[in-house]
Amino acid sequence: MHMADALLSPTVGGAFWAATGATTAYAARRLRKDINEKLVPLMGVLGAFVFAAQMINFTIPGTGSSGHIGGGMLLAILLGPHAAFLVIASVLTVQSLFFADGGLLALGSNIWNLGFYPAYIVYPLIYRSIVRDNPTARRVAIGAILSVVVALQLGAFSVVLQTRLSGISELPFRSFLLLMLPVHLVIGLAEGVITAGVVNYLRSIQPELLSSRPSSGRSLRKVIIAVSVMAVITGGLLSWFASVNPDGLEWSIQRIYGEPEIQSKENPVTEKLQAIQEKTAILPDYSLPSEGSEETDSGEAWPNPDPGTSISGLVGGFMVLLVVVIFGLGLRRLSGNGNRE
Amino acid sequence: MSHHIIEFRNVSFTYPDGTAALRDVSFRITHGEAVGIVGPNGAGKTTLIMLMNGLILPGGGEVMVGEVPVTRKTLSEIRRKVGVVMQNPDDQLFMPTVREDVAFGPSNMELPPEVIEQRVDEALREVGALHLKDRPPHRLSGGQKKAVAIAGVIAMKPDILVMDEPTAGLDPGARRQLIEIVKGFRHSRIIATHDLDLVLEVCERCILLHGGAIKRDGPPGEILLDAQLMQESGLALPLSATV
Amino acid sequence: MEIGSNFLNIGYLDSLSYRASPVHRIDPRIKTIVTIVYVVTVVSFPRYEVSGLLPFFIYPVFLISVGNIPPGFVLRKLLLVSPFVVMVGMFNPIFDRTPMLELYGVEISGGWVSFTSILLKFVLTISTALLLIATTSFTGICEGLGRMGVPQVFVVQLLFLYRYLFVLVEEALRMVRARDARSSGKRGKGVRVFIHLVGVLLVRTIQRAERIYAAMLSRGYTGRMPLRRTHRIGMKELIFLSSWILLFLVMRRYNLSLYLGILLGQDGMR
Ligand SMILES: Nc1ncnc2c1ncn2[C@@H]1O[C@H](COP(=O)(O)OP(=O)(O)OP(=O)(O)O)[C@@H](O)[C@H]1O
Ligand SMILES: [Mg+2]
Repeated sequence: MHMADALLSPTVGGAFWAATGATTAYAARRLRKDINEKLVPLMGVLGAFVFAAQMINFTIPGTGSSGHIGGGMLLAILLGPHAAFLVIASVLTVQSLFFADGGLLALGSNIWNLGFYPAYIVYPLIYRSIVRDNPTARRVAIGAILSVVVALQLGAFSVVLQTRLSGISELPFRSFLLLMLPVHLVIGLAEGVITAGVVNYLRSIQPELLSSRPSSGRSLRKVIIAVSVMAVITGGLLSWFASVNPDGLEWSIQRIYGEPEIQSKENPVTEKLQAIQEKTAILPDYSLPSEGSEETDSGEAWPNPDPGTSISGLVGGFMVLLVVVIFGLGLRRLSGNGNRE
Repeated sequence: MSHHIIEFRNVSFTYPDGTAALRDVSFRITHGEAVGIVGPNGAGKTTLIMLMNGLILPGGGEVMVGEVPVTRKTLSEIRRKVGVVMQNPDDQLFMPTVREDVAFGPSNMELPPEVIEQRVDEALREVGALHLKDRPPHRLSGGQKKAVAIAGVIAMKPDILVMDEPTAGLDPGARRQLIEIVKGFRHSRIIATHDLDLVLEVCERCILLHGGAIKRDGPPGEILLDAQLMQESGLALPLSATV
Repeated sequence: MEIGSNFLNIGYLDSLSYRASPVHRIDPRIKTIVTIVYVVTVVSFPRYEVSGLLPFFIYPVFLISVGNIPPGFVLRKLLLVSPFVVMVGMFNPIFDRTPMLELYGVEISGGWVSFTSILLKFVLTISTALLLIATTSFTGICEGLGRMGVPQVFVVQLLFLYRYLFVLVEEALRMVRARDARSSGKRGKGVRVFIHLVGVLLVRTIQRAERIYAAMLSRGYTGRMPLRRTHRIGMKELIFLSSWILLFLVMRRYNLSLYLGILLGQDGMR
């Protein structure tokens, strides 16, 4: 469920980076305040544990295919929200760098989707209010399964929203949602069962590990206030998107209601290029869509309405690629010689 | 040089889950001694070592380092004097590079940077690992990790060097090198190990632990070569004694 | 996606990052900033842009050549993570069928153009992220992040995670091998055994954390992690930074492909 750079617009990617950055700073500050130095190595190895646990696969009953766990909710249960958020963020950072999962711009969104919801929404609101300070096997099981399912649904919803707001993919909001939510419901149930099993296993052999979290002193009311604040911030963020990226949001809304697409804004670069194109008037041999349709549709269906631009661009682009490759080979030669020397 | 003395006075320790790991243990190790602590799995060797630098505090009795009792208040002083090399070097090498790892202890002693740098080089040279300085720990072999872990402790210039299973998992060459390092250390050394030949070669005294109590305390030759005692304690004779 | 092979790639990437090449020696902060500017620039192209993206291959190709990174490796990693993007992108040709241009008699819809654009952006952004880590040690990146204002708790977290990644993955693989050696076919690989294994691994991990903490205390840990600063920003760095960013901006502003196409078109056609 990793969001990818290629599907994001800079605005959406940047906004989620800002939200994630702020949450990271907040989590770090909270951790520094209730200083518990023991947490430093524990958080570190638990981050590594998430990767290690992914090495262990299992056969999904009845299917023969194998699955593994994501672990966000497990971390929240073990570490409490602030430490868990940082650990999830570190796991995703390493994944984005080494596994190329998603990319760097999408990292902010991915941390938000897979870290913020389990740590700051689901853990306090669902898990804690079900399990409270009395972790019986049943409460843990119900709490864990429900939490994982909700956290994954929120994450999946968030992916759809980010994709839609970015406006790069043509996938309609509703279809995409219908695609993502059921899939993640199944994944969530499986991971929920596993999380519940693991937490209960831990509880049975080392119960003190689960009670050492620094969360017992906090009242539900405080949590609800905190969450409402977050909700307001999130809402604010969304309306901010709406103002900076109006076509993104409206577009998605229109898609939902099946209304025709609205007109995209003209791109200044494209305009320039069109001007150049007009001045130079080239590539007459390529056939273009009929003049008439271009006049009536111009700027309505696509932001880059000049097909001539695309064609000469493609030809030139091919040459550019060739030049780049030759450049690379040359450099390699040069630096290879340098190394040997 | 009284601070090179370590003394256990009727020390007992019970883990939170109720396991009585040590019962009424008393001994005194004086300056410059090399003492081997042997005993079967679960005898209490690691527990004993953790008591020496206050990683755990005794449930009964007292641990003295020099004239200072090991208590919550004296911890930082104690840890400066007693350097402990852990059983598993992976647990001890937690910093991103060898250099930073060896510098960890000296940095915490708030030494000036030049002194730290100098100590790092000295310690790494002493264990023959200076060339590994810029490597990350996960790119070291088992023996190299062990050597660097020891360097990290030596760099703090402790008065007493304590090692848990120093030769476990080492090939003969690396083991030999480690023995030389231990022999070269000038102050008191305490080595908990299953490597009885190591004790025979390096130590002049041996403490045999069994079931959390001291069963024997004396010269290694007398204890480790006593076939009946060894069998009773769940240990075997040292290899060098069987050939 | 096969995680096992993916993990082996971490070890390989890690080993690449210790090579000595001119790009490897550049300060991590500079490379990180250039990479981020690059990614944002690439992503900022409109939906239907194809030709304007092509010149951007220059940066990854530069890193591959000067950093002496095997290009096949980068391509394989790209393929491994492509499914999500390809899946989502595939819907563009389905939903957007408005004809956009005609190439030698074949009509191409807007959906195909935007799909191509997505794929190009994917290849550019992901390969550049991979190349960042292939030419910069992870420790270096963490040091850079810390010096750019990322909270120390988080930097230490990244370093710890990375340090124990290799240790714990080894441990997990040993457990999996032991399980597989004692199970036949699907039996023994079910959810129950899985939960047990993960539970055991988790308990061992927590115990390990305790031992690490003990080792830290033994060496005088007081809550502060003394991290070294090894890199310095010099003239070379400033030139690297400014020339690449300048080039990105130029390539964003002016479609070099188009210009070249125009030139070629005039030469070839007339
Ligand atoms: N954290 C712990 N909690 C509960 N009991 C423990 C713990 N650590 C050790 N024990 C128990 O204390 C006893 C002594 O253990 P210790 O680790 O000191 O033995 P050891 O002599 O070092 O063994 P080995 O040779 O296997 O390293 C054992 O019975 C062990 O099971
Ligand atoms: Mg032991």
